Amino acid sequence: MDLSGAQLLVRLLENQGIRTVAGIPGGAALPLYDALAGSNRIHHVLARHEQGAGFIAQGMARVSGTPHVCIGTSGPGATNLVTAIADAKLDSIPLVCITGQVSSTMIGTDAFQEVDTYGLSLPITKHNYLVREADALPDVVTNAFRIAMSGRPGPVWIDVPKDVQTQRVRLDHLPDPAMPDGVGAVDDALLDDAARMIEQAESPVLYLGGGVIASGAALSSVTFAEQLGLPTTMTLMALGAMPHDHPLSIGMLGMHAARYTNHILREADLLIVVGARFDDRAIGNAARFCPDARIIHIDIDASELDKIRTANIGVRGDVRAVMDRLLPRITPRRRGKWLSRVEGLRKALPLQRPDLGDPRSPYGLIQAVADCVGDDAVIVTDVGQHQMRVAQAYPFRRPRQWLTSGGLGTMGFGLPTAIGAAMAEPERKVVCFSGDGSLLMNIQEMATAAEENVDVKVVLMNNRSLGLVRQQQDLFYGRRIFAADYQKSPDFVAIAHGFGWHAVDLDDASRPQTVLAEALARSGPGLIHCSVNAADGVFPMVPPGAANTEMVGG
Amino acid sequence: MDALSHEDNPIPCGGKAVLELAVRNHPGVMSHVCGLFARRVFNVEGIACLPVGDGRESRIWLLVNDDVLLPQMVRQAEKLEDVLSVARHSGDHPLFFGLAEFMRQGEGKTVGRTNRF
Repeated sequence: MDLSGAQLLVRLLENQGIRTVAGIPGGAALPLYDALAGSNRIHHVLARHEQGAGFIAQGMARVSGTPHVCIGTSGPGATNLVTAIADAKLDSIPLVCITGQVSSTMIGTDAFQEVDTYGLSLPITKHNYLVREADALPDVVTNAFRIAMSGRPGPVWIDVPKDVQTQRVRLDHLPDPAMPDGVGAVDDALLDDAARMIEQAESPVLYLGGGVIASGAALSSVTFAEQLGLPTTMTLMALGAMPHDHPLSIGMLGMHAARYTNHILREADLLIVVGARFDDRAIGNAARFCPDARIIHIDIDASELDKIRTANIGVRGDVRAVMDRLLPRITPRRRGKWLSRVEGLRKALPLQRPDLGDPRSPYGLIQAVADCVGDDAVIVTDVGQHQMRVAQAYPFRRPRQWLTSGGLGTMGFGLPTAIGAAMAEPERKVVCFSGDGSLLMNIQEMATAAEENVDVKVVLMNNRSLGLVRQQQDLFYGRRIFAADYQKSPDFVAIAHGFGWHAVDLDDASRPQTVLAEALARSGPGLIHCSVNAADGVFPMVPPGAANTEMVGG
Repeated sequence: MDALSHEDNPIPCGGKAVLELAVRNHPGVMSHVCGLFARRVFNVEGIACLPVGDGRESRIWLLVNDDVLLPQMVRQAEKLEDVLSVARHSGDHPLFFGLAEFMRQGEGKTVGRTNRF
């Protein structure tokens, strides 16, 4: 084969099974785009902002669990991608980000649209490359995909100077597509110790994190909990791992958990932490989180063990493999007293969902949407009050049903991620709950959604405010609301129409439930607008720095 | 502490450790290592790097504080793609004594300061 570097890059992506990429062209990426134009296997989604492209790739990766690709040009193309890539790093999402760079001879001269992409991407990726010769591309691309999907997944960035894209390369054959590296086996003695600790516990809790979703361990986790009778909590990233209505589910823990969840955890004498990293929003004040509990921590990333809380037993391994090997070593015990205590707390301190019956209230709208779309739909959120309410109250029943920006908390995540999810799984309806603050941060992707005619429904809870900021100012800054309320609010229905979307406004609907159901049932992109009250907070809430049991409201 | 048994101790090495990293000699590997320590606000007191063997690998020596965060830093360093292994030595590793001695002898011979605009 005699190819240009750009053609080789496209062939390598095809060879890896990539069929959809998202990006925006520009000067330093033009050879790559010329080669993409020649591919009849890769569909290119033209985003309207590179951050949108990054999140579209994330949407594809989050629903499928496999690495997906975003593309940008040098300079502003690269800087615009940074937020989406950092978001993928914090939530362990496999991505390969490819950018054009100014020609090798121009690097370091402050050339037009030159930025140190390698330096910028260093702290926000699992690994990064600046490709110096076209014949390095087979190794670089194969390794990039391998790294993105091996161990704890994450983003890898490949920066390709323009002259490398045009350089001619000869090669006999393409390398085999990348496969994830295996994970070392866990020591039997360690598993025996863990089994003994679980058998001895009087009030154990199973604590599932995003690693359970990433490793495909949801079913194993549910079996583990059922066989051993373990009350099970999930982090924001793990929602859906165990069905919300499973009798052993005690819901999400942390800052906006139901009161009963945090109180059950407070009484635990053993936490079995699986694929989770003791994030501060999940555990509150670390020193005061489950002070009486011993900890078994299972994670694929050795650096997570003992990072925040020292584990009594730390097990480095693939969480599904570890749980499947651990379960047969444990003699199940019936802990009737503990489980009845759990039920008592659940009944005494339940989650409050005010105005649940009103489809124009936040919790009522969430429930009304769930009633319409069922378990097959993918649920995406932006970041803020609407996100926390959906996390608290949406009836999740399967892994990868729920896509949210957990670690970085990126407003603007929702719409482009929803587009990506719909591209990867066109047979599913994708519903994106958003707020007016978040939606405005990537609203330009409405054009992308219209162009691709994806089945994405944005359910906009419009409080004309940055609601969570407002709530914190109200609670912790002497009610001094500053720079949180919008003095002018756009007409979102008109904007959606302007982008060629279907749009409905529940505010002036005489039968909002019917209008909602009809709007959700349509195919193609649609906006469902609903005004909500800015003064309504999300409760309960753990004040920053407090212990999880010191909740306000709810 | 045995580190203090060195006579003419040119650098204070109490509470210090030396990490020896075997790395792939890729461009950027120094950025990966230094960036890791910088962004986790973990101070590096001394650093030395040289290629070894045929030049495909390098060794990086880091003089660091031996505090409770060090094991976490070692685990983070081990995750870097181009880091092949991390060995931990005591703070009185001879490399930095040699360097300190070399720098002490060179004192007063340093080049003039640059102008920064």
